[in-house]
Amino acid sequence: MPELYEQLGLTRWEYEKICAIQGREPTHVELAVFSLMWSEHCGYKHSKPLLKRFPTTGEHVLQGPGENAGIVDIGGGVAVAMKIESHNHPSAVEPYQGAATGVGGIIRDIFAMGARPICGLDSLRFGEIEPLPARPARGAAPDGGTPNGAAGGAPALAAPVADTPPSEAVTSRQRYLFEQVVAGIGGYGNCMGIPTVAGEVYFEDPYAGNCLVNAMTVGLVKRDEIIRSKAAGVGNHVVLIGSKTGRDGIGGASVLASQVFDETLEQKRPSVQVGDPFTEKKLLEACLELLGADLLVALQDLGAAGITSSSSEMAAKGEVGIDLHADRVPLREADMESWEIMISESQERMLCIVAPDRWEGVKAICDRWDLDATVVGEVTDTKHLRVFFRGEMVGDMDAEALTEPPTYDIPQNRPAHEVDEPLDPEAYPAPEASLEEILLDLVGSPNIASRRWVWQQYDHQVQLNTVIVPGGDAALLRVKKTGAGIAVCTDGNGRRTYLDPYRGGKAAVCEAARNVSCVGAKPIAITNCLNFGNPDNSPTAYQLAHAIEGMAEACEALGTPVISGNVSLYNESFEQPIYPTPVVGMLGVMSDVAANCTVGFKSEGDVVLLMGDATPVLDGSEYQKRWFGGPRGRPAGRIPDVDLDDELALQSALRRAIEARLLRSAHDCSDGGLAVALAECCVAGKIGVTVTLAEVPWVGGSVGCASSAGAAQGRTSAAGPLAGRPDIAFFGEAPTLAVVSVAPQDVETFEDLCRAEGVPWTQLGAVGGGDLVITSIGHEAEGLGAGDSGSGQSGVRVPVVTLDEIYESALCRALGE
Amino acid sequence: MTAGSVRFGIVVFPGSNCEYDTHHALCTFPEAHPYYLWHKDRDLQGADCVILPGGFSYGDYLRTGAVARFSPIMQEVAAFAKAGGLILGICNGFQTLTEAHILHGALRRNRGLRFVCHPQYLRVERTDTPFTGRMRVGQVIQVPVNHNEGNWTAGADRLQEIEDRGLVAFRYCDAGGNAIDAANPNGATDNVAGILNEGNNVLGMMPHPERVCEEIVGGIDGRALFRSMIDSVLERRGG
Repeated sequence: MPELYEQLGLTRWEYEKICAIQGREPTHVELAVFSLMWSEHCGYKHSKPLLKRFPTTGEHVLQGPGENAGIVDIGGGVAVAMKIESHNHPSAVEPYQGAATGVGGIIRDIFAMGARPICGLDSLRFGEIEPLPARPARGAAPDGGTPNGAAGGAPALAAPVADTPPSEAVTSRQRYLFEQVVAGIGGYGNCMGIPTVAGEVYFEDPYAGNCLVNAMTVGLVKRDEIIRSKAAGVGNHVVLIGSKTGRDGIGGASVLASQVFDETLEQKRPSVQVGDPFTEKKLLEACLELLGADLLVALQDLGAAGITSSSSEMAAKGEVGIDLHADRVPLREADMESWEIMISESQERMLCIVAPDRWEGVKAICDRWDLDATVVGEVTDTKHLRVFFRGEMVGDMDAEALTEPPTYDIPQNRPAHEVDEPLDPEAYPAPEASLEEILLDLVGSPNIASRRWVWQQYDHQVQLNTVIVPGGDAALLRVKKTGAGIAVCTDGNGRRTYLDPYRGGKAAVCEAARNVSCVGAKPIAITNCLNFGNPDNSPTAYQLAHAIEGMAEACEALGTPVISGNVSLYNESFEQPIYPTPVVGMLGVMSDVAANCTVGFKSEGDVVLLMGDATPVLDGSEYQKRWFGGPRGRPAGRIPDVDLDDELALQSALRRAIEARLLRSAHDCSDGGLAVALAECCVAGKIGVTVTLAEVPWVGGSVGCASSAGAAQGRTSAAGPLAGRPDIAFFGEAPTLAVVSVAPQDVETFEDLCRAEGVPWTQLGAVGGGDLVITSIGHEAEGLGAGDSGSGQSGVRVPVVTLDEIYESALCRALGE
Repeated sequence: MTAGSVRFGIVVFPGSNCEYDTHHALCTFPEAHPYYLWHKDRDLQGADCVILPGGFSYGDYLRTGAVARFSPIMQEVAAFAKAGGLILGICNGFQTLTEAHILHGALRRNRGLRFVCHPQYLRVERTDTPFTGRMRVGQVIQVPVNHNEGNWTAGADRLQEIEDRGLVAFRYCDAGGNAIDAANPNGATDNVAGILNEGNNVLGMMPHPERVCEEIVGGIDGRALFRSMIDSVLERRGG
């Protein structure tokens, strides 16, 4: 039998350190409390040194990391609070309640700052919900290995990748997880009256045993009404508000969040909490009412490790002590032990500090909302968290020691699968299939297809602020009081980050920023959730460190500090780590919400242009996954680096053009490449387009030179690198590209704007008709007969209704509906 | 904005979540004076109209609206209905009105067993009511649905009676006004989206008219409903 401290997740070294701090063996309560506070989930002991790399300050920042949520000033006396947090392991064990309580927890973080939550976002990852199309893994890696990732022998990071498709048992479990997670998010958010407006979902094999559920909430607060969690005022009451305390979630933080999953998964089910959104809704209204009446000194939500972490954090921040009387906590089960009460993760509870003369007022408001409010302790000058139970002191711990666990510098080694050079496309000959066939395959891929099935289960309109609904590049909400707009999105691509964590981290920040720029908002801050494997493995540690570096550089360049976030490590199952997945939650603002832009093409005759000139690659693309990645869809090669100067210029031009109302539509070019981006613009606008890629820089022609205007940027080339590879030109992926449409009379003004911003552009064609027509060599579109097929074909012609049908039905079909 | 003279009392149950939206939408009408009524109150404070808003009263944990109907204020709402006062129940408010037997039928779980939130076409069936006076018979309006239990039904006898008396105010339909099954978001019997009481002074509907009162957040097709209510009150006063 392992020692108790080991069962609680502490190492022998950590245990000895606790004994040294206490000057004796810890009591049962103390050991339980230390084990949770020093867990990775609460204490960030592996990631804290690395997180220092993030920029966290800036002109808008009112509150950086370290509080319940970060806050930025958006002008007009209004501030935005936001945070994203993972609930991965609970969701893998019990998907409905895991996701629901993840949403509930992040909502509490927002109103703990005094902010009213105005929207939620959710970034999800699961394993494959249907087998990939049966195609042989194609091409050869530079070392002659398979494109499945191994450069030079078995990768140190991952278990060897199976060359068989995931079994029906695995895919059906993923469908179950996906459906239940979506239901859980909706069940909680809908009841709360908080619209769920954006997010992502990706399906990739490495998440099969360890899904990701990252929930983000955004709130509004008056600048001068922000409250923090710092306890103050010796003699003040410590008041617990909300649900009664039960045994749910005991040990959740250490058992679930900080350990690798194995075959005991089912046994861990009792560690998952159960959500009660009705109580949380009352808690939200009551807390905002208490704050409005100025009755609270400090407020803090009870999350992981329950009353233990909230009280010790409040005490440590205020440099005061707190005495807690565990026997005064209202219980669901009468026979709970003191340590159980201390670490219970029962949901829908808040802790606040109240001056004794305000207590009557607090009680009155809580009574009105039929909520328990109980004085469970008092603020002291001891700087210690002391726990009393039935007249006896059962724990006495230094609050700072609890909140400042030892940190670890973790050894880093570059994963063996990483390569320096991108793939040589020659080694990956184009498939026999026609471009049309590839396009339809990608449009119907679960990673690209419409997410309508998901977001129609979420109330995305309540509160009457949603100007751009889910399905666009970013959601846009109005601020009723000021007429300003807030754009939000989440982004993160595990496949790309797996190939190069530094570039992947950087690309995630840039793509999120590009998405809010595409609706017309200026990115001003991010929150992030770092989902990685076991940091005790040096390749995982390397990925974590390098992803952070890439993200930090992008944040610095874009002027988007990190104001809050969460780290989720140990995301592995059965020896297989997830793809390293940094998820970025981006906030953008615009002064006039009416000056916005959406994805869909609008009117016949509008001119379609490509902004940017980055060359697409096969490496890490959805096309590579589905057509070259074998039955598990593994990526290979190296993704291109984002040129931050180009990125800044592109986004600035997008925003200026939208503000000047020059753009009829704008869409970030992402998964599936340019051809899929064009298809999405057609489907969203229910109108066709006829374009040629002959002029795009990577096929041929002059960059930054509209064929009619003839205003060259000076960067020209006769034949682009992909002139002979229409498949990669169509479906390859690169950052820093956007597809826009412009009314004919505005084209010249728009091109002047691009020139002034230093952004290369290419005219592609015009909106109109009922078909998506793309040619790559500039010949007449009419020349594309139905009989053309094979890799020799250089274009596509597909009715928009066909695209729409495939795009809109793909997820339902994969789910068997 | 100076408050108007038509008093709208919006009932707030614990778990209501569309009360602010309803208030906000009414504020876009200069004649309207919206205010909140707490579920524990026993006074409608001189309301011309009472609105039971959308949301999840009492978490909808037992059955939608089943607990809310026992709130103290519901006795006043029932008396108000009997006296001919205008009452609009939206979504959860509709569910509560059926639980309180102020309106016919019951709302079951959507046939797809999923929550649905999307724009929805409705066909206007009646215009001789205080809620629809500013609409046209057969007019198609677009009002979003947002519910998990919108599958309205009633017993066979009752259904006949409801149709005979023309108590159906709105039906789910397609863009062309056809009340077909494919346009039915929840399986409601005969595509019923909203029904009236026999006195035509109480309307319950699953779609959310308060969500379509401003162009920037999705349309203005809900305005005609609130406009009709306001005009009806003003006309009644004038007469």
